Amino acid sequence: MKTKAKHLQVTIDRFDGESHYQTTHEVPTRDNQTVLDVVTWIQQHDDPTLSYRFACRVGMCGSCAMNINGEPKWSCRTHVNKVVDSGLKLTISPLRNMPILRDLSVDMTQFFDKWTQAVGYFVPTKTKDDPLPAILPDSRDRAKANQSIECINCGICYSACDVVAANDAYLGPAALNRAWTLMNDERDGGSKERLEAVSSDAGCHNCHSQHGCSTYCPNLLAPATSIAGLKRQTLLNVLPWGSRDD
Amino acid sequence: MMMKHRSHPLWKAFVVHRISGLALALFLPIHFIVLGLALEGAESLNSALRFSELPFVKAAEVFLVLLLAVHLLGGIRILILELTQLSWDQRALSRSAFGLSVAIAGIFLWSAV
Ligand code: HEM
Ligand code: SF4
Ligand code: SF4
Ligand code: FES
Repeated sequence: MKTKAKHLQVTIDRFDGESHYQTTHEVPTRDNQTVLDVVTWIQQHDDPTLSYRFACRVGMCGSCAMNINGEPKWSCRTHVNKVVDSGLKLTISPLRNMPILRDLSVDMTQFFDKWTQAVGYFVPTKTKDDPLPAILPDSRDRAKANQSIECINCGICYSACDVVAANDAYLGPAALNRAWTLMNDERDGGSKERLEAVSSDAGCHNCHSQHGCSTYCPNLLAPATSIAGLKRQTLLNVLPWGSRDD
Repeated sequence: MMMKHRSHPLWKAFVVHRISGLALALFLPIHFIVLGLALEGAESLNSALRFSELPFVKAAEVFLVLLLAVHLLGGIRILILELTQLSWDQRALSRSAFGLSVAIAGIFLWSAV
């Protein structure tokens, strides 16, 4: 292959717990090379201290997200030839809006705490002795929930969001997206407290519909649309005649 | 910090909306002062209106019509997005809103000269 002789010029934003700096690396190109392959090559051949996260390598686990040439992406499913131009330059930095632990590994504690704050967990209404409720796949609520499930908790939307960047307390697109799926879950009984949580100062009304989240979600979810749903629901809730969004 | 994550149409639409909103907020007091002059008597209103005949003031007015159209149509787009469940193409919608605003300002310019 003629591409084999070429080298990528990779710049990585580093943090060692005390200072921020950059390192540059020359990485041989390969066919079908992903950005995760590049980072792994650097750690194995050039700098064993480079810290980053991954697990599944196939876009399931959501642990490998980073900023690639300035855009948040999942590194395991981002092909190098899709993000570099003829200059073969690649810039890699950690996700935004989360404290950096080391190099490309960020602390996602607050990100996940916000899911809890948004009541992004299932609130059961029945016990295991009750019969399972039948939810038809084409029922209205199921169809609405459908658009926003399959989130892999990668934090890409959270990193893309400028409102999170401006307001540390904002729950952010992932947690609000999860809250919206639960609002449409017939079996769930937490709507009231969830609606209160998402209409708090930190909640859905912070969103300016910039659609950074929906633009970058690797699973093609639309958190911004879910947030619009929450905004409608909170609005309907204060109107005397409205209670359900349908 | 690279800002490439902002290079998509709906982020630009947000910036246009914020800038036009803020510019309108700055302009409105001036607008009300001019209207207020009408209550104080014809002479001061006349001089204010004469002022508004100046070319650069005319140009500023065209710009303000553009701001208002951009903000109004952009605002309607956001309200459609957030308050209805119509799944229209927001990118196309924001481009059309901007295009229509430019057309409105163009018509205003054409009728002003
Ligand atoms: C003509 C009818 C108008 C409509 C339909 C409209 C609609 C809207 C909407 C939907 C937003 C929220 C945008 C967001 O969430 O980011 C907004 C924001 C805003 N509007 Fe208007 N608006 C109108 C007139 C005005 C006027 C006359 C002013 C000036 C006094 C103004 C100043 C603003 C400002 C400063 C913001 C905040 C911008 C931001 O947060 O980014 N608007 N408008
Ligand atoms: S649409 Fe709302 S939540 Fe999504 S990135 Fe924009 S501001 Fe953030
Ligand atoms: S909504 Fe999309 S971008 Fe956000 S955490 Fe889930 S999978 Fe990642
Ligand atoms: S390594 Fe699991 S999503 Fe990339």
